[in-house]
Amino acid sequence: MARLGMVIDTRKCVGCMDCVVACQTENDVPQGYCRDWITTEVRGTFPNLTMEIRSERCNHCDNPPCVHCCPTGASHVEPLGKTVQVTANRCIGCKACLSACPYGARFVNPKGYADKCTFCMHRVKEGKDPACVSVCPTHCMYFGDLDDPKSVVNELLRTRVWHTLLPEAGTKPRVFYLT
Amino acid sequence: MLETTTTRHNPLVDPSLHVWGWEIPVYLFVGGIVAGMMILAGIAMLRMVKGEDTRGFFSVQTPLLGFMLLNLGMLALFLDLAHPLYVWAVYLTFEPMSPMSWGSWVLIIVYGVLLVSALIRLPDAWPWLARRLPVLQRASDGILARPGLIRALAWGNIVLGVLLGIYTGILLNTMVARPLWNTTILAPLFLVSGLSAAAAMVHLATRIFPGRPAPQGMIGGALAAMVQNLGAQPPEKRTADSLVRADLGFLAVELLLIGLLIIGLLTASASHADASKLLLGGPFTLIFWGGVVAVGILVPLVLQWLELGHRIPHTVLPAALVLAGGFALRWVMVNAGQASQIVQSAGLQ
Repeated sequence: MARLGMVIDTRKCVGCMDCVVACQTENDVPQGYCRDWITTEVRGTFPNLTMEIRSERCNHCDNPPCVHCCPTGASHVEPLGKTVQVTANRCIGCKACLSACPYGARFVNPKGYADKCTFCMHRVKEGKDPACVSVCPTHCMYFGDLDDPKSVVNELLRTRVWHTLLPEAGTKPRVFYLT
Repeated sequence: MLETTTTRHNPLVDPSLHVWGWEIPVYLFVGGIVAGMMILAGIAMLRMVKGEDTRGFFSVQTPLLGFMLLNLGMLALFLDLAHPLYVWAVYLTFEPMSPMSWGSWVLIIVYGVLLVSALIRLPDAWPWLARRLPVLQRASDGILARPGLIRALAWGNIVLGVLLGIYTGILLNTMVARPLWNTTILAPLFLVSGLSAAAAMVHLATRIFPGRPAPQGMIGGALAAMVQNLGAQPPEKRTADSLVRADLGFLAVELLLIGLLIIGLLTASASHADASKLLLGGPFTLIFWGGVVAVGILVPLVLQWLELGHRIPHTVLPAALVLAGGFALRWVMVNAGQASQIVQSAGLQ
C-alpha cells in the first residue's frame, strides 16, 4: 500500500505562486482562502544572508494531530496513499483540527466544514500528479510513494540534504524540502 | 535573524489562530460549574445515605439548576459550530483518541444522571408537576426508599463530574501546536476551578429564595425547583459555612496549580517559555493576574476566611467574585492558548 509524499526542491523554487493558482483553479478553492501558499524565509545578518522559498501545504503527517482530535472521524487517514482527508458531511465544524495543526494548513470552508489540501487524490487516482506539481514551471516539486525505495521521492531523499517543517512537533510530516 | 513572509491569508488562521470566540469559554465555564456541582451533590448524597440530616446538603437539591446551566453551555457549543446541521455525526461514532468524542458521550450520560438526580426532590419542590404525573412521585419515593440506589446515583454523579471537569482540560492539553495548552496541569486546574465555581454557585443559590414557601405554579414552581431549599426552611447556617470552607480549599489548590502551570511553562521547551510570556508581560497579563488570580482567587480567599472567623458578615460577594474569576480563567486560557505557537528553532538563534 502506497504512502504518498511530496519533495520540494527549494533551490529551484522561485516563489512564482503557480502552484497556488493551480490548486485554487483545480479544487475550486473559495475566494480569499488557500490550500497551499508560498513562505519565504531569510536568515542571517547582512551580508551573510540565506533565503529559502517554499511551497507549503498540509503535510499529510504520519502522526496527524488533526485526525486524533476529530470527534466524528470526519478527519481521517485514507487507506489509499495514507493521505489525511476530510469527509465534509461528517464534519461538524468544531474547529479542533484547526487548533491542533501546527502548520495552519486547515481553514473553515464558507460552507462550514474543515478544508485543506487533499494531495489532489481525484487526480492521483487517474494516474496524474497533483495540480501544483504538474504546473510548476521550474519542476521543483516531486510526488510519489515513500514506501517504494525506487520512487523518485525516495531517490531524492537518499541523495540530497532535506528538512521537514517543525519536526519537533512529532507529527512526522510527509512534505520534504531539499536544501 | 529570521524573517518569514507568507502568502497564506486564511480567515480564522492568520495572522494568528482565532477559531474560538466567546462560545467556548462560556461552555468551559458552565461545564466546569456543572461538573463541580455533580461532585458536590454526589458527596452530599453519600453522607445522606449514612443518615446525616438532608437539610444540611443544599447541593443535593440543585441538579435541575445544573441541568439548566448545562443547556446554556450546550447552546453556546452549538452556536460555535461552523457546520451545525451535521452535529448528529458526533453520535454516530466513538473516537477513543479524541477527548471531544469522550466529552460528547459523557455529556449525554450527564444529562440522564442530572435528571434522575433531580427526581429526588422534584415532586416535593414542584407539586404542580407531581399532581399531573404521579409516576414522578412514585419514582422519587422509590429512589429515596433505596439507599443502594442513592449510593449508585452518588457515585454516578461523582465519576461523571470528574470526567466532565477534566475532559476539557485534556482536550486543550493534547494540542501540541498550542504550547500554552500543552500541559497536563490544565485538566486538574479546570476541575478544581469548576469545583470552586460550583461551591460559589450553590452558595449563591441558597441566597435566592431564603426560606420562602415554594411557588406552586408551573413556571414559578419550575424555577423554584432549580434552586430552592427543601420545604419552607432556609438552608441551615452550617450549609453556607461548609460551602465556604470547601471553597477555601478549592481556591488554595487552584492557586497552587496556577503556580505549577507557570513553573511548568517556564522550565519546558523554548515554545512553552515563549507561550508563558503571554501571561507574564504579554497582552493577557492584566486579566490573568488581576482578574483570575487577584479578583477570582486571592480576594475571595481572604473574604471567606474572614467570614468563617466571624470577623465580617456572610455576603454573596466572594461567591460572585469566584464565578467571575472562573470565567476569566477560561477566557484567558482559550484566547491566550490560540495566540501561542511553536517557536521555530531557526528563530532562536
